[in-house]
Amino acid sequence: MDLTFSWLSLLSFGDQGWGDELLRGACLSLAIAACAYIIGLLLGLVGAVAKLSGNKVAVVLASAYTTIIRSIPDILIIFLVYYTATDAFRSLMSHSGFSSEFQLNGFVAAAFSLGIVQGGYSTEVLRGAIIAVASGQSEAASALGLTRRQIFFLIILPQMFPLALPGLGNLWLVVLKESSLVSLIGFTELVLVGKMAAGASRHYLLFYASVGAIFLVMSGISAALINLIEAKTYRAWRHG
Amino acid sequence: MDDFGVYLLHQILAGLKTTISLFVACAVTGNLLALPVGMALMSRSRWFRYPASVFALVFRGTPLLVQLYIAYFGVGQILASVPSIRYSPLWPLFREAYIYAYVTLSLNTAAYCGEIWRGAILGVPKGQSEAGRSLGLPSARIMLSIVLPQALRIALPSLGGQNILLLKGTALAAMITVFELMGAANLVRAQTFRVYEPLMAAALAYFLLAVVITSGFSFMEKRLTSRYR
Repeated sequence: MDLTFSWLSLLSFGDQGWGDELLRGACLSLAIAACAYIIGLLLGLVGAVAKLSGNKVAVVLASAYTTIIRSIPDILIIFLVYYTATDAFRSLMSHSGFSSEFQLNGFVAAAFSLGIVQGGYSTEVLRGAIIAVASGQSEAASALGLTRRQIFFLIILPQMFPLALPGLGNLWLVVLKESSLVSLIGFTELVLVGKMAAGASRHYLLFYASVGAIFLVMSGISAALINLIEAKTYRAWRHG
Repeated sequence: MDDFGVYLLHQILAGLKTTISLFVACAVTGNLLALPVGMALMSRSRWFRYPASVFALVFRGTPLLVQLYIAYFGVGQILASVPSIRYSPLWPLFREAYIYAYVTLSLNTAAYCGEIWRGAILGVPKGQSEAGRSLGLPSARIMLSIVLPQALRIALPSLGGQNILLLKGTALAAMITVFELMGAANLVRAQTFRVYEPLMAAALAYFLLAVVITSGFSFMEKRLTSRYR
């Protein structure tokens, strides 16, 4: 009973417990995941369009991007992007005469490096969705005299959304879990908070299990929301 | 090649050995466990279905990094505090980070691949097993000779992708002190303060490994589907 009590006090909010720190870490994890998700989607959209553009250089570049992201561990890419970005930023800053002691904002660096990884996965999902929009749609649009840009933004993009939805939901679940990796480049999100708490209190199992449980809850809620959105979109699609 | 190059190559090759052994061990165990997990997920008996669902949910709903931390730091600490394990002759085995990485990565792969198997078995047309039943075959025979071979062909592309993810997952074993490719790169990084060379060397090694695994799986796919084209 003593042990249970000490566990509860360790997880409580306030000075004694780590509850509030863990909660803040969870919020930061969610924020990092959301930013990386959006960066990834933008990169993925560019990559998918490049892959389908028929321009040789664009196709080769986009294929190299997705192949590298798919076959090299995410943590390695995150390290590489993080160091390259900080070095580039630092040299840019020292050349332009600002202080050379400049540190890239941790949140920006983490979201950016995670987003680049995510972009590789998003490219495939979005490419599949663009292909799945019937080709008659864009043919009809070009017969009506719409420009290529108009066709993409007005015809294809709105129609591919429901088709991409299952893939997009999966991508969110992936990026939510991958956000744990930015703890390794020193960003204090949920996992790093758990690590600090575990190291300080020496209750490793308790804190790592709590971190796991929080992730489980976050992915569970996300999965439920995704199902809801999918069901709604599907219905709108059928009746609309 | 200069001293640094020799040193880097030496460390990377040492790490590569551990990465390959960890990957092969986890791939064999994980893929073998996956089929029973997939069958249990579809079982009519709740005594099989519920534990399998919880197993898959826990391993698929949490980050691999956290799973490794729980196993190595959490469970490892608990095991160390049990005297009968702490002073048993097997203790050196339980102290190795490699064992924890092996168990965690294998179970993780089993959970993901189990879901893939479930989907593939559901993807085999119902008429196939009905035809088997109308021929009077026992249900185990229907499963083994009719459903599973067809499910394997459906599952193989996804299983290949999952095994690539396993290869990428082995890089996280470095974070619980296993000395594999990523660990080797980190060691060189810490000792020489050179960042890009070790990371790029490790990235190249992972890339080549991924190419080998991918071509292995596409070879299997071709062999299995050639008869049906």
